[in-house]
Amino acid sequence: MKNEYIPFSSQVKEIIPHTDTEYTFRMSFSGDVKPGQFFEVSIPKYGEAPISVSGIGQDTVDLTIRKVGRVTNKIFEHYEGNTLLMRGPYGNGFDIEKFKGRDVVIIAGGTGLSPVKGIVDYFSQHPQDASSTTLIAGFKSPDDILFKQDFESWEKTLHVIKTVDSAPEGYPGKTGMVTKYIPDLPIQDISNTVFITVGPPVMIKFTIIEILKRGIPEENIWISHERKMCCGLGKCGHCKMDSTYICLDGPVFNYREGKNLID
Amino acid sequence: MGYQITRETANRVFEQLKQSYDIFAPKFFSGEGCFSDTDIIRYGKVNTLDEIQWEHRSDYSFKESLFAINETLFYFTENETTVPAGPEKKIMIFLKSCDLHALKRLDAIYLENGPEDFYYKRLREKAVFVLMGCQETCATGFCASMGTNRTEQYDMYLKISGDTVLADVKSQELQTYFQNTDGRTCEVTPDYVTENAEKVTLPQHLSVDSYQNPIWEEYGSRCIGCGRCNFACPTCTCFTMQDILYRDNENVGERRRVWASCQVDGYTEIAGGVDFRKTQGQRMRFKVMHKIYDFEKRFGYPMCVGCGRCDAICPEYISYANLINKLSKEEA
Repeated sequence: MKNEYIPFSSQVKEIIPHTDTEYTFRMSFSGDVKPGQFFEVSIPKYGEAPISVSGIGQDTVDLTIRKVGRVTNKIFEHYEGNTLLMRGPYGNGFDIEKFKGRDVVIIAGGTGLSPVKGIVDYFSQHPQDASSTTLIAGFKSPDDILFKQDFESWEKTLHVIKTVDSAPEGYPGKTGMVTKYIPDLPIQDISNTVFITVGPPVMIKFTIIEILKRGIPEENIWISHERKMCCGLGKCGHCKMDSTYICLDGPVFNYREGKNLID
Repeated sequence: MGYQITRETANRVFEQLKQSYDIFAPKFFSGEGCFSDTDIIRYGKVNTLDEIQWEHRSDYSFKESLFAINETLFYFTENETTVPAGPEKKIMIFLKSCDLHALKRLDAIYLENGPEDFYYKRLREKAVFVLMGCQETCATGFCASMGTNRTEQYDMYLKISGDTVLADVKSQELQTYFQNTDGRTCEVTPDYVTENAEKVTLPQHLSVDSYQNPIWEEYGSRCIGCGRCNFACPTCTCFTMQDILYRDNENVGERRRVWASCQVDGYTEIAGGVDFRKTQGQRMRFKVMHKIYDFEKRFGYPMCVGCGRCDAICPEYISYANLINKLSKEEA
């Protein structure tokens, strides 16, 4: 019988710094994995933390990690050539098939971009697979912008709105919350438009209010929940909301189901 | 198959069982209660029938025999991991009907919800369960209200009555221990209570709308978030991962899982400091709804077995049973 708690060792292939506190770790991994899924990542003696997959390559997965906790702080001390322990992937992830042929709008806040980045990458590489693709990404300040290089390539093929909550005077880019850009989005066919939104709970709440104001049906909205997950296996209980285990049944939910999940 | 044997014979059977089984049962620990000069009944390994506490409900449940308060998942040396060996002997657990019903709930989480749990399963597969009957109701239990006052799902039922011991042995393997004794076979049916002093009616119309009920803050305002209710509960299964390193050699350590409580700070806190349930009222609501509403939505039967331990152990005298009855009255 398989012992699901035993991690495997994965090599850090490359490190891509975004900000002072947020780096992408490109890890060796071969196996099936979908955007929106997560791994339990650990360093012995410091513990485990659930981290979303922020990119999928040939025999690699990207983990974009913010230095905010005991485990993640320690991960930053590990550099290229070193290894991290991982187990997973866990969770349902996003099903890209559901978005093909539709007008896709992805709204992400901060590191919330990680779980949806695989979808952005896909439609950036296969723009013809969607009727249109729009990315609205919000960050706190210009210094907090993640995936700067990726934005350059996304901007070539997708409609990209990159905004910061506040910026010093003279900042050439867009400012304001992501919600500011929802009322004016060109929407051609409400029933063929899907919204995917991931970010801090408060951002998701107000983003959905704005999306619903546009007349988008609830079943066309997809969200992903970030919760404490000690096991990823439906056992430890920390991520449960109502009768739903975020680690098993989520973290990706259609809003029609997800709206009933209250902590 | 039912047997009637003498106490002396039962002691001999027990000695034989001990060769193959580690036997866990409620034990009386004098002076080891939470407060000075108080006693406690909890599970421990027993060596004789006399050590078993038959009458009173244990303050803590049997669950620690199947999943330890803290359990080493593996040891690590750098990136090498070693899983501790499982038990060599089989396990025999003495318990009451409410707890045997609780076993079904533990199985639901550890064996059915997601992949099977390696550590739970390797103990569970080796475990047999001995039912202890209840002649009288315990003080705060409401098993009759929950339908957990009786069960047929035991491997053996045992009753000591003076110098006579009655056993109903369902497991063929355990029958071999009785077949060559000087006892006689007879019909044995377990004692069970049909009524409790505490009566509980489950609300029938709970929904996510019930989250808004002010009752949660009312009960939560008295809660100090100690988590005792969870630790005494036979159906609570939550745990948190914990890594430790050895002071003598910091390259060596172990990963453990440790019982967790949804009432205690940190249960929902994620890196960066977001805490999804901050108030004791929200945590009370989460616990109670799990016990009587959302577990049932997922598995088809309520989680709570009505053992009443949470009410007995609460240092703030918060009555979960009263809370449920109040919810039901509001519906009427």
